[in-house]
Amino acid sequence: MDMDTPRMGFFTDTSVCIGCKACEVACKEWNLVPEDGLNLTGMSYDNTVGLSADTWRHVAFIEQRKPVENPDALAMAAGGDLQWLMASDVCKHCTHAGCLDVCPTGSLFRTEFGTVVVQEDICNGCGYCVPACPYGVIDRREEDGRAWKCTLCYDRISGGQEPACAKACPTDSIQFGPLDELRERAALRVSELQGAGVTEARLYGEDPTDGVGGDGAFFLLLAEPEVYGLPPDPVVPTRDLGTMWRQVGLAALTAVAGVALAFGVGR
Amino acid sequence: MSRRGERPMVPEAEFTSYYGQPIINPPVWEPLDIAGYLFLGGLAGMSSLVAVGSDATGRLALARVAKTGAVAAAGLSLVALVHDLGRPARFLNMLRVFKVTSPMSVGSWLLAAYVPAAGVSALSAWSGRLPRIGGLATAAAALLGSGVATYTAALITDTSVPAWHEGHREMPFVFVGSAATAAGGLGLLAAPVAETVPARNLAVGGVAVELLAFERMRKRMGMVAESFDTPKAKPFIRAAQGLALAGAVGALVGRRSRLVSALSGAALLAASAATRWGIFHAGMASAEDPKYTVVPQRQRTVTPTA
Repeated sequence: MDMDTPRMGFFTDTSVCIGCKACEVACKEWNLVPEDGLNLTGMSYDNTVGLSADTWRHVAFIEQRKPVENPDALAMAAGGDLQWLMASDVCKHCTHAGCLDVCPTGSLFRTEFGTVVVQEDICNGCGYCVPACPYGVIDRREEDGRAWKCTLCYDRISGGQEPACAKACPTDSIQFGPLDELRERAALRVSELQGAGVTEARLYGEDPTDGVGGDGAFFLLLAEPEVYGLPPDPVVPTRDLGTMWRQVGLAALTAVAGVALAFGVGR
Repeated sequence: MSRRGERPMVPEAEFTSYYGQPIINPPVWEPLDIAGYLFLGGLAGMSSLVAVGSDATGRLALARVAKTGAVAAAGLSLVALVHDLGRPARFLNMLRVFKVTSPMSVGSWLLAAYVPAAGVSALSAWSGRLPRIGGLATAAAALLGSGVATYTAALITDTSVPAWHEGHREMPFVFVGSAATAAGGLGLLAAPVAETVPARNLAVGGVAVELLAFERMRKRMGMVAESFDTPKAKPFIRAAQGLALAGAVGALVGRRSRLVSALSGAALLAASAATRWGIFHAGMASAEDPKYTVVPQRQRTVTPTA
């Protein structure tokens, strides 16, 4: 890893997301991500449902009924108690990435920016990364057979550009930059919101001591993570790998001892 | 593909989700390929251990059954594994790197060494040629087979699938028991009664280990264990338990009867397969319902923020 290149990431501040989906569109356009169904789901304004092989930015829409201070026109029209949460989800580019750990071909790798990227010319579509991810990000594209996810626009950031979603975001809800800088900015923002009485404001994925060693793409949320479809306490499955291999070793010894016993007992 | 459609915001009172959508992406694996492989890998690996024991104790017919079973099951395993790839033509990329953090990588290398060893062992047994090389291959296949029969537990538990991951301590023992059930069952099914004593012992022991380890696993999983009672998993789990007990009793009672031994062997093989299918489907159900991800994680977070 090039020591001169700082770890790059996203800070997605959902408190200023307006649900325009410019990030979804910019991502699709830049990365040539195929269409993923033209369905009306009835899930508020969300018709892409979640992150998948063909959705690398996903805007969630949550309609909450609770008393709103200083209701705006929209909340007034709904009776003064409509709170609308919007959040643009993306690959977390974990410090300890389950997808990367379990990939048997070396297709998934860690870039010089500290991000996690699939090399599509190597992926053989084994699908192991799909259930390894504790966030439900990476998925296998049906018609193509390979695994796909956000690359944090590896091509763009290699050329000194910001990722397409961040570039397109009109409110700077999606901020791109060196992770250290983003973490400082996020800490300021959350205390600013707390000070203004938004007690629900909290950071998600910014803590380097969490179950994935902290996310390269972290968030400011206005509700519990699971409200947005995010796991409340994600842990990389390989954290328990030492125990797993030990137990497998003990089981293998049990097999050998059991067979020896089976041949030794009763003639 | 993710499920689409209108869903209530809060499907159950105790937890919140995003329109009932799964948190993790469910595995894209096919049950026939992957549950089938878990079964075949266990059968093959444990049969190779039976083969070495049979050679050592002069049970030539049992040895031949075990060696043939091992190479056939291992060969079918390879077919299933390659078939399940999104890009089957790139299966050799499995040997591009070796990663201990990826049980699939470890397993690929294990199989790459195991399958040729099991093949040479079986060829030598059938042709009667090259007995020394055959003996070496049999020993190598047994050594590697103990890994092939058990590493698959790490394969599925090293995921975020709640019903698999939460069982990571006990799953290797469930799998080793299930593998012994299958290999013992094959011996009972195909070897002459005069040579089946070790197969019977192994099968009865396998059934005991499998059932005990499974109960222990289920108890330690907490609410995630409910996924074993979901509509697709439950029939397999019940069938596995019923067939395993019937097969074990049949093997003990009908020890002098070729027919009863063979029927017991078939029941034991089916029991082992049903265990794998049940665990596979429980995992799928636990991945598709967000409650199995959210509730345990919520329970372990000390102070939930407001």
